[in-house]
Amino acid sequence: MTDKKNDLIDQNLQDFNNDGVDRRGFLKCMAWAGTGLVWTLSGGIPVSRAFAKTHGKDAGKSGDFSFVQISDSHIGFNKPANPDVTATLQIAINKINAMPDKPDFIIHTGDLSQLSKPSEFDSLDQALRGVSTKQIYFVPGEHDMLTDNGEQYLQRYGKGTKGAGWHSFDHKGVHFVGLVNVANLKAGGMGSLGHEQLEWLEDDLKGRSASTPIVLFAHIPLWTIYPDWGWGTDDSEQALSYVKRFGSVTVLNGHIHQIMQKVEGKVSFHTAMSTAFPQPAPGTAPSAGPMKVPADQLQRVLGITDVNYLVSGRSLAVVDSPLGDSGSSDSRSARGLALADPIVG
Amino acid sequence: MTKKDVWVAGLITPVVIAMVLLFVGSPAVTASDQPSGANAEVKIDNFSFGPETIKVSVGTTVTWINRDDIPHTVVSTDGVFKSKVRDTDEKFSYTFTKAGTYPYYCSVHPKMTGKVVVQ
Repeated sequence: MTDKKNDLIDQNLQDFNNDGVDRRGFLKCMAWAGTGLVWTLSGGIPVSRAFAKTHGKDAGKSGDFSFVQISDSHIGFNKPANPDVTATLQIAINKINAMPDKPDFIIHTGDLSQLSKPSEFDSLDQALRGVSTKQIYFVPGEHDMLTDNGEQYLQRYGKGTKGAGWHSFDHKGVHFVGLVNVANLKAGGMGSLGHEQLEWLEDDLKGRSASTPIVLFAHIPLWTIYPDWGWGTDDSEQALSYVKRFGSVTVLNGHIHQIMQKVEGKVSFHTAMSTAFPQPAPGTAPSAGPMKVPADQLQRVLGITDVNYLVSGRSLAVVDSPLGDSGSSDSRSARGLALADPIVG
Repeated sequence: MTKKDVWVAGLITPVVIAMVLLFVGSPAVTASDQPSGANAEVKIDNFSFGPETIKVSVGTTVTWINRDDIPHTVVSTDGVFKSKVRDTDEKFSYTFTKAGTYPYYCSVHPKMTGKVVVQ
């Protein structure tokens, strides 16, 4: 296992009390057999119990729920990195539809289209009509703002949103906030939330109990991953200061077409894979553009993210699954959830 | 010398002189420095403008051509010009009629910046 995975797992384990269970060993096993990294955020609830509750026979405890994040579908892209992004989106949809525990809703963290064309949005809508989960929340990516400052996007997906498309909603006690950091981008800068949205966010969070789990979602990462490639948001510090007082904050982003995660205090950050094409790791290529991989490996670098919320401990577990299995014996498929033999209770 | 010789010499000399002038007279054209051209080109590739700074004379039409596999835009930071989104192989042109420095960027990927210096 890579040092990076070790570091992240060690970080995550810091919050847990030492009760004699070899949770470190268990989590390492999960990381190998699972698809990417498995997180339980806050609350001190062991990972094993989290998965047993959600995906074993105890599933369905009132208040527990899951949702799926998809991102960067880039409908309209047709270059060698993936000549048929609609087909890979369909694979993602099939995967969602095949999940034994149906997600309550889906969040799309932007770059729905490649060029903000009506035909591209039409194709996306047509594909999404086949999802068994009907409730879908969106935030735009920079590719959805390419004509008329995102007018087309707002007409289709902006109902009930403010400004460039920001909005919030509550679901079973968890507060979700969709932020837009791809409008009015300034020369030389990265993502930007803007004064108006920040004021709205501060007001939106005011008065909420600090024990309310918060989920922020936006297209461009809300933490600085790689400034040279614009992978960050110039004014995210202010936004994050508004959520500092909450006991559990999860930040879900897209844009970079690969999984990156970070924990800072009670805030956990996570970026999702794209359903269209992968991008290189920071600094490993001349630019952040679409990365070609051998055709038989494409589905392994595209994926969806399943987020499971458990009332007890108010924790969210984030699991990434690639669209395709590796097929090898140390399979890194999405069977990570099923492998969770409870160690504790 | 025969009359013919003189005639040939007279013909060749100006040709030779013209050729010498042609080679001496044309400036060494580098990618970023075209002091006397009516047209100039900036290539967009790998999330960058090349050349990043281009110097042209007043009246030059600069054409940006997108060779990247991702769409980009060309937007003046001072509101002087603004392209529609340009996908791969699409172009945007602007004719600079006034001297000055024109910083611009890609509004989709704002870390991409460039400059046109018009002299």
